Amino acid sequence: MAVNALQPGYTGEVKDRVELFHGNHLIYIGWDQHMMICAPVALPLPPTMPFGALISDVLPTTAFAAHPDWPRIDWSQVEWLRSGKPFKPDPGKSLADNGLGHKSALRLRTPGLDGIGATGS
Amino acid sequence: MTATQSNVFLALQTNDETRPIIEAIEADNPHAVVHRYPAMVKIDAPGRLVLKRQTVEEITGVEWELQSFHVNLISLSGNIDETEDELVLAWRQ
Amino acid sequence: MTDKTTAAAAPKKLSLKAKYAQLTRGLGWETTYQPPDKVFPQTHFEGIKIHDWEKWEDPFRLTMDAYWKYQAEKEKKLYAIIDAFQQNNGHLNVSDGRYVNTVKLFLTGISPEEYSAHRMFAMLGRNFAGVGPQIAAQMQSIDELRHAQTQIHTISQYNKYFNGMHDFRHMHDRVWYLSVPKSYFEDAMTAGPFEGIVAISFSFEYVLTNLIFMPFMSAAAYNGDMATVTFGFSAQSDESRHMTLGIECIKFLLEQDPGNVPIIQRWIDKWFWRGYRLLTLVSMMMDFMVPKKVMSWKEAWDMYFVQNGGALFRDLERYGLRMPKYWEQTVVAADRLSCEAWNTFYNYAAAANFNPWCPTAEDMDWMSQKYPGTFDKYYRPRFEHYRELEKQGKRFYNTTLPMLCQTCQIPLVFSEPDDPTQTCYRESDYNGMKYHFCSDGCKDIFDHEPEKYVQAWLPVHQIYQGNCFKPGTDPTAKDFNPLAAVLEYYNFGPGDNMDYAGSPDETNWLKWKGLAKSGPLKMAS
Repeated sequence: MAVNALQPGYTGEVKDRVELFHGNHLIYIGWDQHMMICAPVALPLPPTMPFGALISDVLPTTAFAAHPDWPRIDWSQVEWLRSGKPFKPDPGKSLADNGLGHKSALRLRTPGLDGIGATGS
Repeated sequence: MTATQSNVFLALQTNDETRPIIEAIEADNPHAVVHRYPAMVKIDAPGRLVLKRQTVEEITGVEWELQSFHVNLISLSGNIDETEDELVLAWRQ
Repeated sequence: MTDKTTAAAAPKKLSLKAKYAQLTRGLGWETTYQPPDKVFPQTHFEGIKIHDWEKWEDPFRLTMDAYWKYQAEKEKKLYAIIDAFQQNNGHLNVSDGRYVNTVKLFLTGISPEEYSAHRMFAMLGRNFAGVGPQIAAQMQSIDELRHAQTQIHTISQYNKYFNGMHDFRHMHDRVWYLSVPKSYFEDAMTAGPFEGIVAISFSFEYVLTNLIFMPFMSAAAYNGDMATVTFGFSAQSDESRHMTLGIECIKFLLEQDPGNVPIIQRWIDKWFWRGYRLLTLVSMMMDFMVPKKVMSWKEAWDMYFVQNGGALFRDLERYGLRMPKYWEQTVVAADRLSCEAWNTFYNYAAAANFNPWCPTAEDMDWMSQKYPGTFDKYYRPRFEHYRELEKQGKRFYNTTLPMLCQTCQIPLVFSEPDDPTQTCYRESDYNGMKYHFCSDGCKDIFDHEPEKYVQAWLPVHQIYQGNCFKPGTDPTAKDFNPLAAVLEYYNFGPGDNMDYAGSPDETNWLKWKGLAKSGPLKMAS
């Protein structure tokens, strides 16, 4: 039973169907142990965008860039998680080909950078 | 009745109407503790708390309808039993 | 009340019990034109079994004559004070201009839900098949309407002098963080009548509502806000009756049928967690927003939930109920909640209808004292960083929209139960789509009824879909500024949002009080 409803067989309208986002996919991105940025960000991105462009063109325009650790990130050392599991993205391939579809959650870890005052902030 | 008995509580506005009510509760519940906060009085008591119409009337010397304490009531906790003569708050465990 | 019938010759006064029996006599008749199931169509689908509605006890046994008498008395007291407050420019007596932001939060985040509760209890009064609950629900419906009206009326005095309150009803249906209380009540209202009453009367009114009104009103009194104390206490005097309805309805449902117990337990688990998430706003009000503080969120949570809620659930053990699932997580998080919340509004100062600020040195010392295990270790360095940036004129604003929880609709700002430095993520797959949550509690709620929560109107997603711009806005225009367009859709004007330091509210406050302009730097030091 997916809902307890007065009317048997009731289904609800899915409010965030991919076709409502004008060709984009919604991608969530969080930076572990950097809670000054109060929450992961949500970005509508073309599924064809190369993963490398996400790093070089998109992330610098987000709130992440305001964090004092931002300029110190060594991108070759960054660890990535997709749906909470480690994975190695291919920067040349598209977001979709990296398995990042609509409403995927992506996390980055920057070992050695522990936030403001090394507090995870 | 165990050593770690839970508190019930009654919270009332601080004003002239509640002064005799609080006094009556203190008289009838020697085990109760009265906490005074800005604009509010919170009375905690282990297990059980009673508010008696008769005690309030003895203090003020005038007839008093027990239900009128609702006007100045802020909050309470416990199982509630109310008659025209008394309000009882109690835990049953 | 000089009434001749009170003379000795008059007939003996009825007892409360007898009066209540007279009030309800014959109201619960057997239907003949239609079967009862058609008259009360909503009483079965939730799986709750009621064998005897007559067993419903109203311990206050309030009859209509007493109800109107006492309600009228409350209104007379309230309006006398409101008149005095307005005539004496009472808004100038609050502790500091910053304080008024709590009133804005209350008016936009809570008062519209009083109205939602009014609607919901009107529906409950119609849908319950027993006379006791019908009467109690109707009285509560009228109470809730009174609360909405008195709050709006009282706060209108502040609205004449301060920003952020002018379009509270419009904002309630649009502004991102207001979708949290809005969706909470809509979830309860669209459930069946039994879940609805367990959600609001028991889980909210009885278990959690003390956390809103007691600290809010005490803080209002302490900060010189006579208006809020007055409407708050006037509402609160009804609240005890509502709380009583909550505990009586739980006992009634549990005693009616053993099969009801697991259903009720699941609702308590769900609505405890939903309510707790809603109270996030209260935690930051207590710890950060009131200039003169009464008690910390952690102290209040310990007093009203851990101690008092603990006593309640020990009492209910005899029915086979236990403490709400994940309550232990709320105790662990009590050391962090208000900091996580206030940081969120500091991040998104542009998008809320009040004026946040970086805590002052004095505020931070109070936090260190109240939260010795966490504040200096995890949060002070962050706030001091913010203060330093402000001094340099480089105040940090988060301009990227956040990821929201599908259930509570709060951004994922909460930390892992076992790690205050790491955002908590939870995820579910349903019908080929991913859904995300801030916590185990919110994920469980979705997983049980995904078909309900796939319909969530999540403000961030709605903005990206293009549904949060005023008609006539052209998102393809060259100079299109999405943030400005969204704020326009919210009806935000200058001064409604952004920092308190340098705001029109601050400027006016200093002018009215004859104080020197301190400016952003001193405000933050």
